[in-house]
Amino acid sequence: MTERRIVALSAGLGQPSSTRLLADRLAEATATELADRGQRPEVRVVELRDYAHDIVNAMLTGVPSPALAEVIEAVTGADALIAVTPLFTTTYSGLFKSFVDILDKDSLIGLPVLLGATGGTARHSLAIEYSMRPLFTYLRADVATTSVFAATDDWATGATADEPSPLPARIRRAGAELAATVAARGSRGPQDPFAGAPSFADLLGG
Amino acid sequence: MQFGVFTVSDITPDPHTGRAPDDTERVRSILAIAEHAEEVGLDVFATGEHHNPPFVASSPTTMLGYLAGRTKNIVLSTATTLITTNDPVRLAEEYAMLQVISDGRMDLMMGRGNTGPVYPWFGQDIRQGIPLAIENYALLRRLWEEEVVDWEGKFRTPLQGFTSTPRPLDGVPPFVWHGSIRSPEIAEQASYYGDGFFHNNIFWPMSHTKQMVQFYRQRFEHYGHGRADQAIVGLGGQVFMRKNSQDAVDEFRPYFDNAPVYGHGPSLEDFSAQTPLTVGSPQQVIDRYAAMRHEVGHYQRQLFLIDHAGLPLKTVFEQLDILGGEVVPVLRKEMESDRPADVPSGPPTHAERVAKARAAGQVHEQTVAAADHWTGRTAEDDAAAADAVTARQGAAFGL
Repeated sequence: MTERRIVALSAGLGQPSSTRLLADRLAEATATELADRGQRPEVRVVELRDYAHDIVNAMLTGVPSPALAEVIEAVTGADALIAVTPLFTTTYSGLFKSFVDILDKDSLIGLPVLLGATGGTARHSLAIEYSMRPLFTYLRADVATTSVFAATDDWATGATADEPSPLPARIRRAGAELAATVAARGSRGPQDPFAGAPSFADLLGG
Repeated sequence: MQFGVFTVSDITPDPHTGRAPDDTERVRSILAIAEHAEEVGLDVFATGEHHNPPFVASSPTTMLGYLAGRTKNIVLSTATTLITTNDPVRLAEEYAMLQVISDGRMDLMMGRGNTGPVYPWFGQDIRQGIPLAIENYALLRRLWEEEVVDWEGKFRTPLQGFTSTPRPLDGVPPFVWHGSIRSPEIAEQASYYGDGFFHNNIFWPMSHTKQMVQFYRQRFEHYGHGRADQAIVGLGGQVFMRKNSQDAVDEFRPYFDNAPVYGHGPSLEDFSAQTPLTVGSPQQVIDRYAAMRHEVGHYQRQLFLIDHAGLPLKTVFEQLDILGGEVVPVLRKEMESDRPADVPSGPPTHAERVAKARAAGQVHEQTVAAADHWTGRTAEDDAAAADAVTARQGAAFGL
């Protein structure tokens, strides 16, 4: 059994938070599906709220605190990332974007990512597609086709004529997609910060 | 071991008064600080190079040349010299001139600067930062080591039969450090040439500094310049001291909280825990910095930042007095107490480098300048001659 490290990032600010709830559900669905595929999932949920001051400080000084550096390492070294944000004023929250902004732009290349967002009403559901997806495409992450938006009402709605695909079904489908991508890959393993350093002969010749 | 100060040359208002010195006052303050650093017995003064306000140190060799005439013992250096955007030909000339003027009492540290627009301001492309650092430095070394250079590269006009003057003092180029905070390529460059590596760790946790220094040390050994523990390492540092540590904290906090780089960010307490910033009694500074060698190995140069964030000149002088009077003598003793005999206690001096080069048969006793075909003439004479040729060709084409 291969160990798979999944990090679920929640940028929710409330406590309790429906964004955290969605992150938990997505992580659970992914883990279940991975286990069914004979993998050994290990889920870590990170609430960015806990690192909000450190994130701003990292933007001001250019250097992450040790606690934040540990989270960045967990995210960039994970086998899969589940990124969930509340939608504020038409897009991802500032805290969510600030965290993404302090990541090295090359650190998410090829990383399987599942996108999730929460908002007041279903009218905001496409925000994932016009704001979150381009962000992760720019970072060259491997973004799952299915993304999951949860409006407030979704937490209490079963299948209806208006909503043929209720939230739990979408969560299961997204988790299965992410799990399939992860299972098809080798484990990424710990990153060596100097592995990419070219030899000086290459530099001179370059 | 060498202990010194380095300045970023920022002009920052004093948060107590709101007053900031003008450029002239700040430049003169920096010169006074360097002279006082020598008076209190420090070993090194280094200046940054910046080309944008609020920094004033745009012309390091002018400052250091003046200081070479005003001081006797202190080593004059840079932190850092922009190897990316300066023309390597000008660097070869300017720093050989400084070497001659200071009689070898200098070295320099290569770096890539801290502001993006400096690249376009000097006609370069920021995306080529590392390739520029590699190519320019390779040319700089050739200009110092070889009398007549034929050269062609990607970033500057080719050179044919070019001789950089003055030739390096005693035929031996200045010692060079490479400063890098994050780029392994630069640590690799330093190790390849057997140059010094300086990690300016003032914003970084020791875990990161340790990792970069270890990488440089391993590569230094790999390239056959000696054992990893014999590589030449320098670290940055930042301190503010008063007899009673609480007085130091109370006095420094407003400067910290309003400093341009980290102000309004992390608390003084968090920053002190996460970086080498030490605000407290002289003994606290001694304890913190004496322990650095346990992390990065025995190293050769420790530079402190003490004149930034709007601190008044009088305060900076007091800091120098404490540093030179109480801290460095004890720290020096501690640093040397367990240093193996075959690990150098400082970067090589000019005299040591000359002796080594002579032993290796790499220098003549007296270098002779290349024959100068300009003698007795001016560049414009040649241009006139060229015009005459063009005119003749023009005539041939009936123009």
